[in-house]
Amino acid sequence: MKQQDPPSGRLIKAPENFIHGDGVRAVFREAHAGRRDFVRGAFAAALAGAATTAAPLAMAQANPAPAGGGDPNILELPAHTRGLGQPVVTDGYGKPSQYEANVQRRQSPGLTQTTQASVSFAPLQSLFGIVTPSGLHFERHHQGWWDIDPSKHRLMLNGSDEKMLKKPMVFSVDEIMRLPSVSRFHFIECGANTGMEWGNVAVPTCQYTHGMLSCCEFTGVPLKILLDMAGCDYKRGRYLLAEGADGSSMTRTIPMELVESGEVFVAYGQNGEMLRPENGYPLRLVVPGVQGVSWVKYLRRIEVGDQPYGAKDEVMHYIDLMPDGRHRQYSSTQEVKSVVTTPSGGQVLLDQGYYQISGLAWSGRGKVRRVDVSVDGGRNWKTARLQGPVMDKCLTRFTLDWAWNGKPALVMSRATDDTGQVQPNYRQLRAVRGSRSIYHNNAIQSWLVQESGEVKNVQLS
Amino acid sequence: MSSCPDGWVTVSSRSLVKGLTRALLFGAAMGFGVQAFAQAAYPGVGRTATPPEVAAWDIDVRPDFKGLPAGAGSVAKGMEVWEAKCASCHGIFGESNEVFSPVAGGTTAQDMKTGRVARLTDSSFPGRTTLMKMSSVSTLWDYINRAMPWNAPKSLTVEEVYAVTAYVLNLGRVLPDSFVLSNHNIAEVQALLPNRNGMTTDHGLWPGKGLGNGGKPDVRPVACMSNCGPEPKVASFLPDFARNNHGNLAEQQRMVGPQRGADTTRPAPITAAAAVAAATAATVAPRPAAAGAGGGGAGGGGGGTAALALATRHACTACHGVENRIVGPSFKEIATKYAGRVDAEAYLASKIKGGGQGVWGTIPMPAQSLPDNEAKALAAWLVAGAKK
Repeated sequence: MKQQDPPSGRLIKAPENFIHGDGVRAVFREAHAGRRDFVRGAFAAALAGAATTAAPLAMAQANPAPAGGGDPNILELPAHTRGLGQPVVTDGYGKPSQYEANVQRRQSPGLTQTTQASVSFAPLQSLFGIVTPSGLHFERHHQGWWDIDPSKHRLMLNGSDEKMLKKPMVFSVDEIMRLPSVSRFHFIECGANTGMEWGNVAVPTCQYTHGMLSCCEFTGVPLKILLDMAGCDYKRGRYLLAEGADGSSMTRTIPMELVESGEVFVAYGQNGEMLRPENGYPLRLVVPGVQGVSWVKYLRRIEVGDQPYGAKDEVMHYIDLMPDGRHRQYSSTQEVKSVVTTPSGGQVLLDQGYYQISGLAWSGRGKVRRVDVSVDGGRNWKTARLQGPVMDKCLTRFTLDWAWNGKPALVMSRATDDTGQVQPNYRQLRAVRGSRSIYHNNAIQSWLVQESGEVKNVQLS
Repeated sequence: MSSCPDGWVTVSSRSLVKGLTRALLFGAAMGFGVQAFAQAAYPGVGRTATPPEVAAWDIDVRPDFKGLPAGAGSVAKGMEVWEAKCASCHGIFGESNEVFSPVAGGTTAQDMKTGRVARLTDSSFPGRTTLMKMSSVSTLWDYINRAMPWNAPKSLTVEEVYAVTAYVLNLGRVLPDSFVLSNHNIAEVQALLPNRNGMTTDHGLWPGKGLGNGGKPDVRPVACMSNCGPEPKVASFLPDFARNNHGNLAEQQRMVGPQRGADTTRPAPITAAAAVAAATAATVAPRPAAAGAGGGGAGGGGGGTAALALATRHACTACHGVENRIVGPSFKEIATKYAGRVDAEAYLASKIKGGGQGVWGTIPMPAQSLPDNEAKALAAWLVAGAKK
């Protein structure tokens, strides 16, 4: 049997292949001088030429050896191989490659009327593994973000009455950072993530369908330690109010059970550095498994009480409208959910052949136990590989091998968590909750890979 | 053990809990302060909050009105405050002025009797107003007090908070024009709220014992693996005219890897060759400008001039578009109107600082708190034509 080169469906012929070597060098020269328009024009021209002279898509070999002895990228050593590179500390805080400029947080046009009470979505389609780089973490501000001087920030603990704590306390950020710390990876998902899709398809890519989701390693002090120091009455104090220091002074009610389990902590660290200002610098609450609105940013106060607080985001917003006209109040847990990020909406597959289907799964109730993937719209499923580590209330990356045959394919994923709860499809979810809930949409996402290779966000009947 | 330095702390948080429990029992028996034990584990960290400190920050008001300061405010006073400080975003009649969700509307006298807003079962009713959802009046008081007005939160007096709360309820015909809301009658007002009985906690999404059904899921699918029905049919997708609504998707995907972004500035291609050619042509050139801007809105563009950034930072853009009217006139309209005025820069800087009403319509622009030099920079930018 004749040995064949393995298919390399993920490699695209670089446009340089279609222009002469002198042209390539000219392009690099001009690019180096900053003339981007020239580069764009040259490449566009090259592609136009290619369309008439060569069949640009070959199933068997996506990266063929060109005529004339080989790939000029190999044969003609580029400037970076022949020259001297840049020195250390060219930038004291390094930035991504200029070629990564498309990977940005983005707003969804028309979703909000102001930019201070708004949202930006994380580019899930471009992320690997489970960690969200801090600068790409999704944003949700209720009254704009601030960069607060940590030397002036304080955290106060008090009770709804004088007996709830033996003594109300105040901590500086210095003091919080002196106490015993934990570092844990957790996902944070806005309760309204995928909220625009309850009734029908509304947005094109997984950045907009699922991008109010991020996952970081957070570092901080378990709230239990602080409440113990203040002599908390855990018998009467079954609820907490967390409050922010920004203009909105965001408040949310949190169950004491999550504090007693040791899960809730007051974080100052994010992915090895301090929290980003957009994510609550210098202190934010981490409430694993619970929707992001409870992870109060710029945390200034914790009140221990014997009743829930009926905060604005527990009475006017973050309430889930059910078909009988009632709203579910104090809905907090983010249930089992997953999304395929590759391939996903708005992408174009460059060739037929091998692809790694890849995506994210998570559950606010615990660990992801299993993820199944279908490429035929949910008729048949295969169990995906879980890429370790699989952690509690944390994103889990899954992958599955797939050879695309160029025919339409409906790609979807279905997660099961370690409580046995299975992610529902839209039919199952709407049968119980209708389509006007806004919050807590954990339905299975479907992507249609069309024959053109372009991937489209679709919902199935 | 003798090698342990003085002050060596060996309690883990788990043993601390056990230790605290013992300390509680022991402390109770011996009459010791319990916190002395807990604090002993972390000596020198944290201090007692003083009564004025707690009073300054403990502003929350619970549904049982715990935390509500004594006071009163009338509907009439509320209307005055509303038109000066709230209407610019929420509209004179609470209809929103296209900035925020409408505050009033959608409730009936019958709803006030039942405590359930009937409209909430009508899926054809567009949107939900604040009063259609609100089940506790404490929430309205608390939120106005802590977060309003939007650009100057916590600036209202206790009387003004009572008054605006009363006025919002008056807009929704819950309270009559002559009403004076106070800490004495607010519980009676609670009993009038149209959606006071509209909430349920019978669900599995509360991760504690005090509320909810103990975490029992309401949707319980089974993970079928093969020949699962029914035959899939695409029921919903974005129409072709919305293809480019989120900006060019080619600029929103990584430029290397298994795929590119679709060029949504053109109609959807039929063939793979055309799709790939369009996607690669659209993404092949790096965009260092966008990377440098380091942020950006839809389409990843972002940026603009320093003045526009200033206008954004001071929330001017909440009410003024560069090209379009929102609540107030567009920046371009302002630029055009004052193009010939000699003292335009000084005049506009003073209008930015002081606010005004009547020049562009009846909706007032509130006074803005920003440094003089920034007001001047914005004015100069307007006079120069408000260029992006």
